[in-house]
Parts: sequence; C-alpha cells; structure tokens
Amino acid sequence: MLEIGLAHYLTVAAILFTLGIFGIFLNRRNVIVILMSVELILLAVNINFVAFSAHLGDLVGQVFAMFVLTVAAAEAAIGLAILVVYFRNRGSIAVDDINLMKG
Amino acid sequence: MIISAIAFYLFAAITIISGFMVVTARNPVHSVLWLILAFFNSAGLFVLMGAEFLAMVLVVVYVGAVAVLFLFVVMMLDVNFQSLRQGAQNYAMIGGIIGTILLIELIFLMTGNIVLPEGPAGAQPIPAFDMMSNTHALGHVLYTDYFYLFQAAGMILLVAMVGAIVLTLRERAGVRKQKVADQMERRPADTLAVVKVQPGQGA
Repeated sequence: MLEIGLAHYLTVAAILFTLGIFGIFLNRRNVIVILMSVELILLAVNINFVAFSAHLGDLVGQVFAMFVLTVAAAEAAIGLAILVVYFRNRGSIAVDDINLMKG
Repeated sequence: MIISAIAFYLFAAITIISGFMVVTARNPVHSVLWLILAFFNSAGLFVLMGAEFLAMVLVVVYVGAVAVLFLFVVMMLDVNFQSLRQGAQNYAMIGGIIGTILLIELIFLMTGNIVLPEGPAGAQPIPAFDMMSNTHALGHVLYTDYFYLFQAAGMILLVAMVGAIVLTLRERAGVRKQKVADQMERRPADTLAVVKVQPGQGA
C-alpha cells in the first residue's frame, strides 16, 4: 500500500480516462465541456506514457508524451477556433444544431 | 518512502476529484478552473515519477495556454449554458454504465496482467539524476534521435496557429482603417491645384 508502483499510476490514469469518456456522454450537448473531456483523456494517456517510461527506465516515453502534449495544444486551439466561428454564424453551440452538413 | 506515498495519494485524489468536477460542474467556468487544478496535480504526479521537465511543460502549456484559451472562449461566448444541460440525466445513465465497464476492464488489465518487455532497459535509458538532469537528458534524446519528429511537431503548431487565425479573422464592413500604401502613393500633383487669383476677381 505504501509502496507506490506502476499499477498505482496506471489506475489513476484509467480512472481519469474513464472520467473523460463519462464526461463526453454526460455533456453531450455542450461542445466546450466535450473538448475539456478530451483534454482529460489526453492527460490520462500522458500519465500512462510517463509511468511506463519511469518504470522501464526508458526516456522515449517522455519524448512521446511531449509530442502528445503538442498535438493536444494544437487540437484545443483549432477546436476552439471552429467553435467561435460556429457561434458567430449560428448564435448557439448546442451539438444537436450542428447537422448542417448532413447529406 | 512514506512521504512520497502520502504525496502520491494526495495528488492522485485531488486529480481524480477535480476531473470528476470538470465533467459534472454546472457552470463551464467552474469546469475550466477544476481542469486547471487537475493539471496542476498531475504535474505533481509527473514530478513524483521523475519527469520534472514534462511537469513544468504541463503547467506552462496546459495551465498557461490551453486552460486560459478555454477560459477566454467560455467567457466570450454568450451562451445559455443551462439549456445545454437538458437531458443530461438520460445520458448520465448510459455514460455511467459504459464508463464503469471500461474502468473495470482497464483496472483488471493493468493491475494484474501487465506484460513488460524482457531484456535490457529500453532504447534510451534514463541517466542517474546526479549525472544529468531530466531536462538535459530529454534534450539529448529529442534533438539527436527525434529531431525530424520535433520539426514535424513545430510544423503542426504552425499549421494550427495559421488555421486558427484564418478561421477567426473576419473583415467587418464599415470599419475605417489606415491604408498605408495609399498614403505613400499620394503625390502633390494628384491632389493639389495652385490657382492664380487675379486681384479684384476673387469671390
């Protein structure tokens, strides 16, 4: 219990990942909270990468976690930009209204 | 040993609680603030695992840039967030079921059945801390073996920046702007007329 190993960190990451999935379901109509849930999921993935990196003594996991961070930042910027443009055009951000491109 | 265990449980508990509050908070501004707390405490977890550089990058990039970006957007959009929560109870049920199944599977997989690679330590062994700091070692690996990927990451950020600017830039009609080129083009001959007025003839 006092010996903190790999499994402890993986459990924390698993709980965080599940919370992110749960958040997508719970806030199905609010795009902003869905984007925040995606950030939580990516954070859980990063915790997994760093935990395995520390456990295996391999630095490559931390390098990859940094790339995940980069892509997450880019994704948040583009997602929020699309959200702002959408709100400007429609005056709403409800997911149910985003069906203009339906064939 | 006991100090690090206490620190781990503290950081992990606060991370999970604030993650839960992110998805359940009624006000999205509160969600963003809980998200910032989650990021800070996961930075603490990273420090416990010996990844100091990533911990600091997490604080600077996520808290300083991404979370503040979320905060800006939440506060700029004039949305009635209460109406967006209608029907959340219906989804909470199915979301809870799916989440619980996923969590049980993940913990079952990770606690008992981890298969670690055999043989010597991986491609880039972490040096002892008294030899080289985490930042130094990460820089060595990143700039020698992963240089092209590093460049590609920079390109991704550049494309994201250009894309965000292109998406949100708009030309508003009726706004008077300074046109520097027109001002530089202007010559006295185009605009100035010298008129010789006879005495007594003028108005």
